[in-house]
Amino acid sequence: MLRLEPRTAAPWWLGIVSPVMAVVATMIVGGLLFALMGFDPVASIRTIFWDPLFGPAAGYSRPQLLVKAGPLILIASGLAIGFRAGIWNIGAEGQYIIGGICGAAVALAAYPAEGFWIFPAMVLAGAAGGWAWGMIPAILRNRTGASEILVSLMLVYVAQRVAAWMAFGPMRNPEGFGMPGSRNLQQYPPASNPELIAGTGIHWGVIAAALAVLATWFLMSRHIRGFRIRVAGLAPRAARFAGVRPETLVAFCLGLSGALAGMAGLFEVAGPGGQITDSFGSGYGFTAIIVAFLGRLHPLGILLAGLLMALTYIGGELAQLMLSLPAATVQVFQGMLLFFLLAFDTLTRYRLRWGTAR
Amino acid sequence: MIEWTTFLLLLSAATPILFAALGETIAERAGVLNLGVEGMMITGALAGFAAAHATGSPMAGFVAGAVAGAALSLIFGGLTQYLLTNQVATGLALTMFGLGLTAMFGKPYEGVKAPSMAGGPLGINWVIWLGLVLVPVTWLILNRTRPGLILRGVGENHDAAHALGYKVRGTRMAAIAIGGALAGVGGAYVSIATVLQWTEGMTAGAGWIALAIVVFAGWSPWGVLAGAWLFGGVTVLQLRLQAAGVAVPVQLLSMAPYLATIIVLVIISARHKYAGGGGTAPGSLGRSFHALR
Repeated sequence: MLRLEPRTAAPWWLGIVSPVMAVVATMIVGGLLFALMGFDPVASIRTIFWDPLFGPAAGYSRPQLLVKAGPLILIASGLAIGFRAGIWNIGAEGQYIIGGICGAAVALAAYPAEGFWIFPAMVLAGAAGGWAWGMIPAILRNRTGASEILVSLMLVYVAQRVAAWMAFGPMRNPEGFGMPGSRNLQQYPPASNPELIAGTGIHWGVIAAALAVLATWFLMSRHIRGFRIRVAGLAPRAARFAGVRPETLVAFCLGLSGALAGMAGLFEVAGPGGQITDSFGSGYGFTAIIVAFLGRLHPLGILLAGLLMALTYIGGELAQLMLSLPAATVQVFQGMLLFFLLAFDTLTRYRLRWGTAR
Repeated sequence: MIEWTTFLLLLSAATPILFAALGETIAERAGVLNLGVEGMMITGALAGFAAAHATGSPMAGFVAGAVAGAALSLIFGGLTQYLLTNQVATGLALTMFGLGLTAMFGKPYEGVKAPSMAGGPLGINWVIWLGLVLVPVTWLILNRTRPGLILRGVGENHDAAHALGYKVRGTRMAAIAIGGALAGVGGAYVSIATVLQWTEGMTAGAGWIALAIVVFAGWSPWGVLAGAWLFGGVTVLQLRLQAAGVAVPVQLLSMAPYLATIIVLVIISARHKYAGGGGTAPGSLGRSFHALR
C-alpha cells in the first residue's frame, strides 16, 4: 500500500517543481473538462495560456497583463505575511473595496480642485481605509478571540453593500443622469492613475506592487519582525517563549495586508476601474489568496504567480470572445489550481513509500 | 406579538443555515474544519434546482442537492484526510471551486422558474419539518449512540482514538460526507424553496454564516437551532423594514445578517475567553491526522 512518510528536510527544488506540476495538472484536467463540454481542448488551453502573450492580438492583451497582475501581487504580498504566521485574512476583497471607496472619497471631495497633492492624499486614504477595515477583525480577535477568518469574510459582504450604497447614494455622480456610480476619475486628471508608459500597462499600482515585493522580501528575510512572524507560524509556543506577542503579530499582519489591499483598491478605482459602482469588487481579493499560495508565500514566487493568474484572466476573456467559452471558466481554473497546488505540496512535506509501515 | 406568517418566514429563512450548520457541526465534532460550506451550498443550490426543474419534483431536487454537496465534500475529504493538506486552505479552495463551477454550468438555468413546492402540516413544508426533526436526531446520535461517541472521540483526540483501534480517517470521511450532503440540501432549499430561481452566487455568504453559527452554538445541535432562528429573525426583520419603507437605504439594511453574525460571534468568543479555557471546541479541530504506526 502507498503511504506517506514525513520528511525532515525537503530538497530545495521541490518547492519550485510542485507549483509547476500543479499548473500542468490544472491544464490537463481543464482540457479534459473543455473536451467534455464540447470544446477543442488544445485550442482552449492555447487561447488561455499562449495567445494573450504571443497570439495575433497580443499587442492589445500584453499590457493588460500588468494591469491585472498589479493588484493581485500587491494584495498577495500582504496576505502571504499573515499566512506565514497562521493569521488568516481572507477578507482582502472587503479591504480592497473600502480602500477604493476611501480613496475615491478624497478625490470626489476635492473635485474640481487642481493640485499635485490630490493623488498622494488618495493613496494615503486608500491605505488607511483598507488598514482600518483589516484592523476590525484584528481587534476583535485580540480582544475577544473571535475568528479572524469569519469576521474578515463577513466584512466582505458588508463592504460590498457599502459600495452599492455609495454608488446609489452619497457618491452618485450628480451629472450622471441618475445612473448609479460615481464620477469617472479617469476624466479628472489630478485624481487619475493613468498608464505611465504607453503600451505597457504600467500605472502607479504596478509600481507599488513591485515595491511591495521588494519590501516584503526585506521584511521576511532580513528584518527581526519577519523572523518572528516565521517562528510564530512554525512553532507558536517557541515564539511565545522568545517574547513574541501574538496580539502584536495579529494586528501587524491584518493591518499591513489590509493597507496593501486598500491601496490596490484605490489604484484600481483611480485607474482601470475609473469609478465606484455597485459591483466595484471584482474578486481580486479572493484570487490573491491563490496567488499567495501558488507563490509559496515567497515574494518572488508571488510575483510570478501574480503574472500567471493575470494571464488566466486575460486568456479567459479571450477564450470567451474567440471560442465562446463560459466566463466563469477562469474561476473554475483558479479553484482547481489551488486544489492541485495543495495536493502537490504534500510531496514537499512527505515522501511517498510503498509497502506497510515498519 | 409575532404573527404566525412572520414566524413561518423566519422558519423558512433559518432552514438553509440550519441544515448547513448541523452538517458542519457533525464534521467539526469529528475534528474536521471544512471552510467549504459556501461552495457545497451553492453546488447543492444549482444541482437541486436543475434536478427539480428537469423532473418537476422538488423532492428529486433535494436529493440531487444532497448528492452534489456530498460529492464535492469528498474532494475536500480526499485532500485533507489522505494527502494531509491544510484544512483552512483546502476549504477555501472548495468554496472558490464550487462558486466557479456553478457559475459555469448555471447559465442555462438563469430566468427559469422552480417547480412549486407543496405545503405541509401547519403550512410548513416538509423540508422545514425535516430540518427541525434533524436537530434532536443529531443530538441523540452524537450524544447517546456508540457511533456518535466514536465520532466525538476522534474529534477530541485523534491519537487516542487511533490507539484504541478506531478508524480516524474513515470516521472523518463519513462526517465530511454527511456535512456535505446537509450543506447541499441547505443550498437546494435556497434555490427551490426561498428564491424560486437560480442566480449566480445566490447563497450570498449563507455558508459562512453557518460556520459562525456552529461556533455560536458551542458545537451543539440545539445551539445551532437557536443560532439559525436568530439569523432567520434578523433576516425577516430586515425584509419587513425594507417593505415598510424605513428611511434607511436598502443596501445598509441588507448588511444586517452579516453584522449580526459578527456581533454574535464576538459575544460568544468573549464569553469563552473570559470564562477561561478555550471554549468547547473539539480538541483536534482542524488538525491533520497522520498515523505513523
